[in-house]
Amino acid sequence: MEQTQGVCRNSLTAGLRDGVPIGLGYFSVSITFGMMAVASGLPVWAAVAISMTNVTSAGQFAGLGVIVANGSLFEMALTQLVINARYALMSLSLSQKLDRRVTPADRFLMSFMITDEVYAVAAGGEGSVGRRYFYGLMLAPYLGWALGTLTGAVASSLLPAMVQSALGIAIYGMFIAIVVPVAKKVRPVLKVVALSVVLSCAVHYLPVLNQISSGFTIILCTVVAAAAGAVLFPVKEASE
Amino acid sequence: MRYNIWAYILVMAGVTYLVRMLPLALMRKRLENKFIRSFLFYVPYAVLTVMTVPAVFESTGSLASACAGFAVAMLLAYRGAQLLPVAIAACGTAFAVDWLLTLF
Repeated sequence: MEQTQGVCRNSLTAGLRDGVPIGLGYFSVSITFGMMAVASGLPVWAAVAISMTNVTSAGQFAGLGVIVANGSLFEMALTQLVINARYALMSLSLSQKLDRRVTPADRFLMSFMITDEVYAVAAGGEGSVGRRYFYGLMLAPYLGWALGTLTGAVASSLLPAMVQSALGIAIYGMFIAIVVPVAKKVRPVLKVVALSVVLSCAVHYLPVLNQISSGFTIILCTVVAAAAGAVLFPVKEASE
Repeated sequence: MRYNIWAYILVMAGVTYLVRMLPLALMRKRLENKFIRSFLFYVPYAVLTVMTVPAVFESTGSLASACAGFAVAMLLAYRGAQLLPVAIAACGTAFAVDWLLTLF
C-alpha cells in the first residue's frame, strides 16, 4: 500500500498484473458459458460473439435463456436491463473515482469492461483511477472471457450426449455457489432469496401465470423480490 | 429461434453497454436514494434464484439426477466451496446418477 489518498494509479503494468487473476477466473467461468451455448443449439461463433460483445456472466446466461425460449427482442432488452442494472451502480460509483485526466472518449471505452470483479479491483484501491491502469486491468479479463468461451464451445461439440446433458446443471451450480454463501451470512438476502423461490415457482406452475414467457418471469419475480427486500430491509451504507 | 441470432446479440450487447456507459459518461453526482440502492443490492441474488428455481430440476437427463446435482451443489456452496468446484460436482453427480439409471 504505497499509494495514499489523492494519488492517481496510472501504471499500465500494475493494471495488467492486477488483471491476470481475474482473467484466469473468467477463463474457467466462460468455459461453462461456451458449453451451455453450444448445448442449447447455438453455433460456436455465436457463443464467442456474445462473450466478446457482452462480457457479463449472469446477463449472458439469461440472454441465452431468452434465445432458447424464442423470446422477443423486447424481452431480451428488458432482461438485460434488469439483470445488468447493478452495473449502472458500479459505473456511477467508478465515475466518482476517475482521475481528472480521463477524457469522455476514455469513459466510452472503459465502461465496456465494468464487470463485478474489474470494478471491485479498480474502485477498491486507494487514490483515483487513471486511464492507463484501467486499460491494463481490462486486458486479461477480456481475453480470458473470450478464449474460455471458445474453449468451452469447441469442447462441448466434441462431447457425448450424456455428458452434455449432465453439463446442463453446471450454470445452476455456479448460481447456487454465488447465492448460498451470501444468503447464509446476510439474513435479509436469505429472505429475498426465499421470496424469489416462492414467486418463481408460483409463476412457473400456477395456471394463467404459467402462460407468462420465461424472459418476463425472470424480470417480474426479480423486481418484486428485490423491491420487497428494499422496502422491508433497506441496506445500510456499510453493506454496499 | 425467432429472430436472426445477430439481432439477439445486437440487442443484448447494446443494452448491456448502455447500462454500463451512461452513468460513467453522464452522471457526476452520487445516487442518494436509499430504495434504489437497496433494490440494486438485492437484484443479483433475486435474479440468480429466479433463474435457478425451478429450472434446475429440468436441466439434466432426469429429475433424479437434477435433484442429486442440486443437493450436492447446495451442500458444497453452504460449506463455502468456490464456483467452479460446485459446478463440476453438480455435473459429476448428475452424470453419475443418469449413468446408474441406465443400468436398471
